[in-house]
Amino acid sequence: MQPTPQDVILETRDLNMRFGGLLAVSDFSAVFPRGSITGLIGPNGAGKTTCFNMITGFYKPTSGQVVFHGEEVQGRPPHALCRAGIARTFQNIRLFNNETVLENVMIGRHLRQKTNWLQTLVFTPASRREEKEIRARCMELLDVVGLADLAGEKAASLPYGAQRRLEIARALATEPSFLLLDEPAAGMNPQESEDLMGFVRTIREAFGLTILLIEHDMKVVMGVCEHLWVLDYGQTIASGPPEAIRSDPKVITAYLGEEQPHA
Amino acid sequence: MRRGRTILLNVLAIGILGLLLSLAEAYCNGYQTQILNLIAINIILALSLNLIYGFTGLFSLGHAGFMAIGAYVCSILIMTPDQKDMLFLLQPAYDWVQNAQAPFFAAVLAGGAVAAIFGAIVGIPLLRLGDDYLGIATLGFAEIIRVVANNIPRLTNGALGFKGIPAYADLWWNFGWALVTLYVIVRLLQSNTGNVLKAIRDNEIAAKAMGVDVFRYKLLSFTVGSFFAGIGGALLASLLTTIDPKMFLFTLTFNVLMIVVAGGLGSLTGSVLAGIGITVLLEWLRVVENPVNLLGFSLPGIPGMRMVVFSLALIVIILFRREGLMGMRELTWRSLAGVFSREKA
Ligand SMILES: Nc1ncnc2c1ncn2[C@@H]1O[C@H](COP(=O)(O)OP(=O)(O)OP(=O)(O)O)[C@@H](O)[C@H]1O
Ligand SMILES: [Mg+2]
Repeated sequence: MQPTPQDVILETRDLNMRFGGLLAVSDFSAVFPRGSITGLIGPNGAGKTTCFNMITGFYKPTSGQVVFHGEEVQGRPPHALCRAGIARTFQNIRLFNNETVLENVMIGRHLRQKTNWLQTLVFTPASRREEKEIRARCMELLDVVGLADLAGEKAASLPYGAQRRLEIARALATEPSFLLLDEPAAGMNPQESEDLMGFVRTIREAFGLTILLIEHDMKVVMGVCEHLWVLDYGQTIASGPPEAIRSDPKVITAYLGEEQPHA
Repeated sequence: MRRGRTILLNVLAIGILGLLLSLAEAYCNGYQTQILNLIAINIILALSLNLIYGFTGLFSLGHAGFMAIGAYVCSILIMTPDQKDMLFLLQPAYDWVQNAQAPFFAAVLAGGAVAAIFGAIVGIPLLRLGDDYLGIATLGFAEIIRVVANNIPRLTNGALGFKGIPAYADLWWNFGWALVTLYVIVRLLQSNTGNVLKAIRDNEIAAKAMGVDVFRYKLLSFTVGSFFAGIGGALLASLLTTIDPKMFLFTLTFNVLMIVVAGGLGSLTGSVLAGIGITVLLEWLRVVENPVNLLGFSLPGIPGMRMVVFSLALIVIILFRREGLMGMRELTWRSLAGVFSREKA
């Protein structure tokens, strides 16, 4: 069943990214239906993170388009795309280490804040009310990811799995409609990745999200994704539902010598 | 309730400061008063540089330039037209310089405002540079301001500078402005905007992904910092009553940087404490520049020795306690209460 244009929240058209002589991503064309959970997989260095960086504005594509809510957005700066509703996490965790867990999430709210700091100088009622609201809303988000008890801790002091969840909470605070997760299960133990799958589905429902995730853990990929795109050396070598991908000979070859997809 | 108690303690602290200042006014000699005044001004300067460097991570070395702007603007506004007639010997002042006049408070504010405008103007191109380049470029900016001051005699009286600037900057003005600076910067940093500035310092890429227009917030921090550097310069001009371009050499920026690093990059209370400590220390170190008689040996005074000792101290701090006195921690009423209750227990 082909999705109708209204159902597509984000679409990439022939995205290319060249670094000097290396074509890191070539002609990446993908559609992401509203409310779907899609996986982007492939061996190391396949160009997955590079795709994320193009969609979120960190890299300006060498050519091609990113169409978000029917509008071409490629080449816009990351903060503008975040404002438009695209949020992400990072493969190598990037928290604000000297800030508390709560402050990390509050920074994500800043974008939707109406009062500014000059108003806090004179304690205007509006700014006090909004600051209270932000705190309350961020505590709720921490509750969703199970970090409410650690709200006052420095972000750097959290264990690894908790840091990953904090990154997600922080991304949710920006009120995205499209969320990109770069290897959310990396470094998690089997129990944690099991929980992560449920968690990804939960936030999709609760926040009305469309999710794109990169993941090496095939159990997570097969368990949670409804559709997969497979990259190898920057080329899209396959796309389809997980069951079809699992038995696709091209995908199996790509992974041979790398790691066998163990499902 | 917590909040009410904090406000009460703050009001109490300001009351005690007021009491101490009136005692100082009554009992301190001129030299001691001068040191107290310098403490207040150094606190203003250190807080403003800490906002830029310690809290936003912008390695700026242009403070002396913004101070010079504040100092010249304020001086021009508080000197009488008659004074300026006598002062501009080489070439007469421009008419608008000759006639400009404002009360002290407005003049200091104008000094800060013009410094802030310059902060924004140089910030727009420079803040897009990487960290190392920013340091060099802002250093260059401060030097340009100095050279310009030397070469527009009808505005700045050239190398001769200004003498006999009215000495309005007393303890009340200086400490009053120090409190204003502290208040504004504390409120800014406690707001969510403050969180954003610290986020940029901690991880600029993540800040961008969180929807932060990094350039805009860097510019905000840099402009507010420049504003208070200008205020500090304006007060300093009226305190010292003479200014000339030589006064705004890099060493001036270096002094402020020293206070900020010693107190802790990212700690406002650290800047206040180090502002007090280092101002006193700098005065005390004047001893090493005078000839001394030690047990029959007479050592000649070595000019500049003070800065050598000072620089060595900075190196020692960087080697052994890089985070400075306070690190990124703050001294709050709550942490003070914690110390006292622990001692009792
Ligand atoms: N900024 C850059 N400059 C030059 N080359 C880059 C840059 N970013 C990525 N590359 C190269 O592009 C290719 C794809 O990298 P990318 O990070 O997208 O891979 P990936 O699929 O995310 O791999 P992994 O699973 O290891 O994270 C690699 O060869 C990488 O070295
Ligand atoms: Mg990657």
